[in-house]
Amino acid sequence: MSESYEVVIVGSGPAGVSAAGRAAECKVSHLLLERAPHFADTIQKYQKGKYVMATPARLPLRSALAFAAGSREDILDTWRAGLEAKGVNVRFNSEVVRIAGSRGAFEVKLADGTAITAANVVMAIGLQGNLNKLTVPGAELSLVQYQLDDPGEYKDESIVVIGAGDAAIENAIALARQNRVVIVNRRGEFSRAKTGNLNQIRQAIESGTLKCEYNAEPVRIEAGRIALKGPTGEGTIACDRIIARLGANPPRKFVESCGVKFRSSDAKSFPEVSNTYESNVPGLYIIGALAGYPLIKHCMNQGYEVIEYIRGESVLPADEPLLEEKFAIIPGRPGVNEVLDRIVATVRLFSGLTRLQLREFLLGSEVLVKAPGEPVFLRNDYGDTLFAILGGTVAIEIDVNDPSRTVALGKGDFFGEIGLISGRRRSATIRAATECTLIEVPRFAAIKLINTIPATKRLMDETMLVRQLRAYLEQGLSDEDLHDLASTAEIVSFNVGESLIEEGAVGDDSVYVIRTGSVKVSRKIGGRDIVLSYVPAGKIVGEMALLRRAPRSATVTAAIKSEAIKLDGGAVRRVLEHNPEVKARFDEQARRYLLNDLRHEAEIDHSNIFEFFLAQGGGEATDMLLIDEALCVRCDNCEKACAETHDGISRLDREAGPTFGSLHIPTSCRHCEHPHCMTDCPPDAIHRAPGGEVWIDDSCIGCGNCQVNCPYGVIQIAALPPPKPGLLQWLLLGRGPGPGEDKSPHKSHDGKSKAPKLAVKCDMCRDIKGGPACVRACPTGAAVRRGPEETMMLGRGVQ
Amino acid sequence: MSLHESFLVYRNLLYPKVATAMTGAALVWYAVDSPRGVPSGSTWLGYTLGTVAALLVVWLMWFGVRKRRYGPGEWRLEAWLSGHVYFGLALAVIATLHTGFRFHWNIHTLAYALMMMVIGSGLFGIYVYARYPRLMTDNRRGETLRSMLIKLADIDRESRAACLNLPDDFAAAVRISHQETRIGGSLRRQLSGVDRNCGTTRALARIEELAATVPAKLDVPVMRLRRELQRKQALVAQVRLDLRYKALMEIWLYVHVPLAFALLAALTAHIVLVFFYF
Repeated sequence: MSESYEVVIVGSGPAGVSAAGRAAECKVSHLLLERAPHFADTIQKYQKGKYVMATPARLPLRSALAFAAGSREDILDTWRAGLEAKGVNVRFNSEVVRIAGSRGAFEVKLADGTAITAANVVMAIGLQGNLNKLTVPGAELSLVQYQLDDPGEYKDESIVVIGAGDAAIENAIALARQNRVVIVNRRGEFSRAKTGNLNQIRQAIESGTLKCEYNAEPVRIEAGRIALKGPTGEGTIACDRIIARLGANPPRKFVESCGVKFRSSDAKSFPEVSNTYESNVPGLYIIGALAGYPLIKHCMNQGYEVIEYIRGESVLPADEPLLEEKFAIIPGRPGVNEVLDRIVATVRLFSGLTRLQLREFLLGSEVLVKAPGEPVFLRNDYGDTLFAILGGTVAIEIDVNDPSRTVALGKGDFFGEIGLISGRRRSATIRAATECTLIEVPRFAAIKLINTIPATKRLMDETMLVRQLRAYLEQGLSDEDLHDLASTAEIVSFNVGESLIEEGAVGDDSVYVIRTGSVKVSRKIGGRDIVLSYVPAGKIVGEMALLRRAPRSATVTAAIKSEAIKLDGGAVRRVLEHNPEVKARFDEQARRYLLNDLRHEAEIDHSNIFEFFLAQGGGEATDMLLIDEALCVRCDNCEKACAETHDGISRLDREAGPTFGSLHIPTSCRHCEHPHCMTDCPPDAIHRAPGGEVWIDDSCIGCGNCQVNCPYGVIQIAALPPPKPGLLQWLLLGRGPGPGEDKSPHKSHDGKSKAPKLAVKCDMCRDIKGGPACVRACPTGAAVRRGPEETMMLGRGVQ
Repeated sequence: MSLHESFLVYRNLLYPKVATAMTGAALVWYAVDSPRGVPSGSTWLGYTLGTVAALLVVWLMWFGVRKRRYGPGEWRLEAWLSGHVYFGLALAVIATLHTGFRFHWNIHTLAYALMMMVIGSGLFGIYVYARYPRLMTDNRRGETLRSMLIKLADIDRESRAACLNLPDDFAAAVRISHQETRIGGSLRRQLSGVDRNCGTTRALARIEELAATVPAKLDVPVMRLRRELQRKQALVAQVRLDLRYKALMEIWLYVHVPLAFALLAALTAHIVLVFFYF
């Protein structure tokens, strides 16, 4: 006599426990099966103390169990308590080996032979199923493991980590603190992991914290040794432990054996499921990571929803009320589904998204309605959002002096992308021409969109190319000319120091439009490399050779990582030939550069200080703190002022930082045009204010990615210090540390302090009347803050 | 146009101009004034100048408060310091004119004397602020204090390693260098920038003595050790000089500020005595 249930849930991860909790709540007879001896196996196996995030932040949670961002331990405790409270019926150590049948009559067979009948089955087994294992001789020896629970457990061992993904990198770095670690990478570089991890592993290898064997694969494992095959042959490494993090594949065979069809034969594809999570087998539902939704919050919402569907309740997606509110502003008040249909039909940029992805994407975006004549944004505004037009038309004012000269964009088009990519201010004013409905997409979401949907990236690149060409070569070119140019164009990227153009080269007459980053132009004079000028994103280099038909007159190298559009010289020449007006402008520009170059050639010292300045981020800074050491009396009042106006933590380290001549650049944020810190901020807490300041808001979780990504080391992860006695108490009674940051070692480190450590950096005193405190508090005038244009004039005064 | 503007020439010499105008006016008035009796603090001119001087003293001392209030506002400390310096100098003249050059052994002259000492120490401060920052930067040669100390630790390690092939006496000498080289310390040592009893110097002298007693085959390690210690000596001298400059830039304040408070006390006594007892 086998047991019989209304719902059998296989897998007790976030999706499974959420479904079980809901079923228990609704008094639906259920059984939660789990093959491990505990629930949520994947999360149990996270590194000890790992911070788990609750993204997407805006999506409401709808589940019988609670969930909030926190440490792995806290989350597991919350769920354990929830499962007990709801009275969930769970059975551990019960691996499911077969599911046969269909709605109303499923037979679920366990590994120990038990058979269970169910009316419905919910598969929530996640992806952990098949860990890829080593297949070389000796892989079964005890020194091999595929899991790392607590990196602190091992001390002073020689450990080999195999793999190049997030898990391998995180494990290797954590272990390197107390052990000698070698990481083995099958390829010649690390590229697959999250940006923060990529930066960390590179830094660790460079600084010697751990070693890396590139282009190497294990061939044999023996007790205490592993043999690797590399580009130069075979070698052995003595080791106490081998940790292999080689990834996992969806447990396809098992799922298919239950009758479920997958989307395609691609190893990475997911099973086919309907809008109600039902697979092609009626009554068999698939939710969670196995259905393609690895985020915990999604899993929990789906657990709730699937039980509702099974009960016959119709349930709107959790984000429906939010989307409804967002779309309420649209004229005609269409329903949520109608709007989504319209978006998919009209906006090509979003056509590669699935319905669920589109919803999530829109949750983070704004819907705006503009009246005719209302500006969407003005020229020179700081803005980093992308706009898509759902209805109506906008007018781009292409001539600063004549606002009536406009170019129109209509339904389905997009704009605002230049600010997204090059981090510069808006290049033109855009107004609504008729009443229009716009979708404003924040930078982080737009970048993710471009990076995950290839069709979107292609569309963006093509459109942007033509637009950039039109803007940089100035209006007056026909569409034909533009397309002629665009067809020869290629997008190329350069790392720091790589050259686009070499002095003296003949034959190559490509013209480059700098898309992101910046480049410096230099020439060899008297045997030395003299830097002549610096060219930011939005400008052209290489056109001189074209116009003068001579070998390249200077070398152009990337000052920071840059991207450029490479145009064929012949095509540019052709276009200039039928556009005498544009050619005249080019000639004028070339003449000005020539004069500028001649002037700078004479100023050899200008070049050296220029180089120093560029190396310190001057090329990408929008506001830098510069200290004249001939005036600075080392009183540190600037640091004290910074600490006093910022909760006791100074964001400035005056003494640290390099000096050239008497110009000293302390460790203080440069407010880069293309902030490196913003690259990988999970809660998207870093923003650029309208005044240009880059600042970190309260949603920071202290993950440290920004600190790792900043090339100038200006970000600290610090906790708020305790409040201290006031000035008079310090003066008269000697109480407290006095003004400035308390640099004395903390006396009471009870280890129980709950003050969270968050990222802090200079915010240019944006909330403080009067501006940067460091400058105001400097008694001798040694500290000034300058923008790039002013500091370009450096050469003259500072020597 | 330079990026930076020194407090001495702030806003195109705004404060020197105002202070000069004030002082000029006082001098002119003093010259033309023909009081009943002799010029002194109790003529009309005397009282005027005395009031101005007293107000100036209070305003000048207010700089100490302003410096420590870091809050919001359109103030700039550089402007305050510029004013402080030039009005301080003007004060010297104005207060002297106020005395009518009548000095006696009493508290009034004491107040005057204290004031002149404060201003004098301030002049020293200006000299120090104008001269030493650049010297300090030049001495540093691109290093920070932290990096110099790290280099010293590296040299210590190297010199220990260099002793391994040498007789034990050498190691004893090196130990003297490690354990008895003091950087900083008492006020006198900081200000002088030298240590007459420096462990490294003594160690080097000892190494020279020992070098004469060892066989020729040990010449190379001895030279290496000598080189390391000489490097250390130069680096230690550099660090000591750095500390000397820093000390000089700070020490004068330990005279300037306490004397100013003494002045405040004496000034209060002076004013009370003048108005209630004269």
